[in-house]
Amino acid sequence: MSVRQAIPQAPPKAPVTHARPRRRGGWRYAGTVALFLLPSLVPLTLYTLIPMVGSFWTSLHEWDLITEMRWVGLGNYIELVGDPDTRAAFLHTLYFIAGYLPLVYLGGLGLAVLLNRAMPARGLLRGVYFLPVITSWVVVALMWKWLLNPASGIVNWALGLVGVSGPGWWTDPDWAMPSIILASAWKDLGFVMIILLAGLQAIPREYQEAAMVDGATAWRRFRHITLPLLSPSTFFVVVISLINGFQVFDQVQIMTGGGPGGATQVVVSQIYDLTFRYGRAGAASALSWLLFALVLLVTIVQIRGQKRWVTYG
Amino acid sequence: MSRHIKITAAVAAAALLATACSQGSATRGTTAEAGGKVTLRYFTFSAAPDHVKDLDTIEKAFEKENPNVDVVVETAPFDQYFTKLQTSIAGGTAPDTFELNYENFVTYASAGSLLDLATVAGDNDTSVYAQESLNAFKRDGKQYALPASFSTVVLFYNKDLFDKAGVPVPTADWTWADEQAAAEKLTDKKKGVYGDFQPVQFFEFYKTLKQAGGEFLSADGKKSAFNSPQGVKAATWLVSKVGKTMPTEAEVGGTADYDTNLFKSGKLAMWHNGIWQFAGLKDVPFEWDVVVEPGDAAKASAVFHNAVAASSTTKHGKEAWAWARFLSASGTAATTRIRSSWELPPVSDQQVLSGYLKDPKPANRQAVFDSLQAIALPPVIKRQQEMQDAVTKELSEAAAGRKSVEEALKAAATEVDALLG
Repeated sequence: MSVRQAIPQAPPKAPVTHARPRRRGGWRYAGTVALFLLPSLVPLTLYTLIPMVGSFWTSLHEWDLITEMRWVGLGNYIELVGDPDTRAAFLHTLYFIAGYLPLVYLGGLGLAVLLNRAMPARGLLRGVYFLPVITSWVVVALMWKWLLNPASGIVNWALGLVGVSGPGWWTDPDWAMPSIILASAWKDLGFVMIILLAGLQAIPREYQEAAMVDGATAWRRFRHITLPLLSPSTFFVVVISLINGFQVFDQVQIMTGGGPGGATQVVVSQIYDLTFRYGRAGAASALSWLLFALVLLVTIVQIRGQKRWVTYG
Repeated sequence: MSRHIKITAAVAAAALLATACSQGSATRGTTAEAGGKVTLRYFTFSAAPDHVKDLDTIEKAFEKENPNVDVVVETAPFDQYFTKLQTSIAGGTAPDTFELNYENFVTYASAGSLLDLATVAGDNDTSVYAQESLNAFKRDGKQYALPASFSTVVLFYNKDLFDKAGVPVPTADWTWADEQAAAEKLTDKKKGVYGDFQPVQFFEFYKTLKQAGGEFLSADGKKSAFNSPQGVKAATWLVSKVGKTMPTEAEVGGTADYDTNLFKSGKLAMWHNGIWQFAGLKDVPFEWDVVVEPGDAAKASAVFHNAVAASSTTKHGKEAWAWARFLSASGTAATTRIRSSWELPPVSDQQVLSGYLKDPKPANRQAVFDSLQAIALPPVIKRQQEMQDAVTKELSEAAAGRKSVEEALKAAATEVDALLG
């Protein structure tokens, strides 16, 4: 293959007319941009910005959804900071992330590397592993709830066949969070896989070939070429998964409802209970803002820290 | 100039869209009047799934008497009902009329979200009501809701299972000890048959506590009183069934209506549940009956009251009152409820109530009236749901064997005291 052929021809330059200068910062340009932004700006304003302002306002009040709001200033925030249930909810959320993140990343990476090789039915397999990502959480959570049913689930039945007495999964406080982590990682593996697969395919073969000529082993090539060049994809996946991890809710609500004995009560289920069970929309809004602040902080730290480990080819 | 017009037009279109959206949701709440007809929304939990047709009968009769009103019924299952009601009130789309149970009535009445029915009442004849039912829905001397139905909890039993095992069937004289002895004999785990089912939760606890001779709250209502020897006895009674004569939480596996299905499939000998289950058990292929729940130191049966209230924001107060009145006190409503075993109408006319006894199934319907002689009303506080959740959670800990009954009650008492404080 000749190198010359690979260089694309530069497009012919547009004739420059001095009659109508086009400045990128001009009013016309700004107007065009505004028009294109408008379709997404409207729902963003209606369903994100206005509710955010509303929730901040609510967080400064005591409100049971049926009576008039009562101003309490920062009372809700002060109460939440000293509240053991809130602390427990944050701890449970961090526990979830600590289990979920490594599992979903390493699992997704393994799948991506495997499915990047030439193999039969590769396209089908990629589709199959991606299927849970687009499946509703209700379906996935109910399915795992049945699979992991301590008394009649197939997992404990299979364990019984090899002489292992299976744990109480979501009825045992020690096993409830691992059950949820397992189901969550299973569902999101496909997402991580797809992103990393795209990242893998963007790595030029020449680098691998050059390393091979130099006699690098498969592990060294993976460690010193693939992983560094995959780091932008890794960075993206980690940021997204962390944010998702902080917002874990659907699977918890369906699989355990925060139980047993509050062992899986995470921040968002606490927000839900405060609003809809206990009529404390103000405290719930304050907790939402605390969660937002934490996620923002963590994401800023990540973006600052990316310079140290993210390599752009 | 033309580009400015374009942008302005786009902004205006967006603004229009925004107002259209918000109006769209608001118009659902207000009633549309077509040809002078008033649309009245009614939100209920007790009709679905077994009594939708019966409510329809009452509704048709009401609309015949009040041709200018069109009642629109919306239903939700009990466990989602109050979430939906609360959200619709907060969102300004409250239904004109809605059902409330006694436990939640206080919250809604004191929040000012209910219409004082005296201000819209057509007539003030209250003699049709059983007075204690009527008074339950009064607050600060104002009638914020009209009692629509009441029900009690009894002990259901599968007669065939008792006969097969050669165990004498329950009687009104039974105590916990009799129930326990029978339950042990009737449980056959190999066949998947259980002797007893009584959920370990707040509603069973306050009642068994009263059966044991204890009180849930102190006399002034300012402190919890259930962390007592009677409380320990009641909680132990509930917890001791789990895994022995009753399936564990893991075996139930979070399945909805597990106990109903277990009883209907003929695999449950005794079942603590409400008389609202009668209609659903019409066609089961075995003999069953009911009896007043066994007691311990005393007899005590749980009584649940449901009422109809009107939203303080309704534009059709008069119609709302007429519907609430019809639903609670009319002859049609009372006889429909009785004929379909849809709880009991809170009417003073004993003649109407005696019709309830004519239905041959279950044979011992008299037990429903007998159970009213010693009742246990649920304790009601302002932070009701949090209290119920706290008690249920701690009892579940004890049922799963993760805490002793004493530890669980102590923890629950601390939490309830904090909610009261």
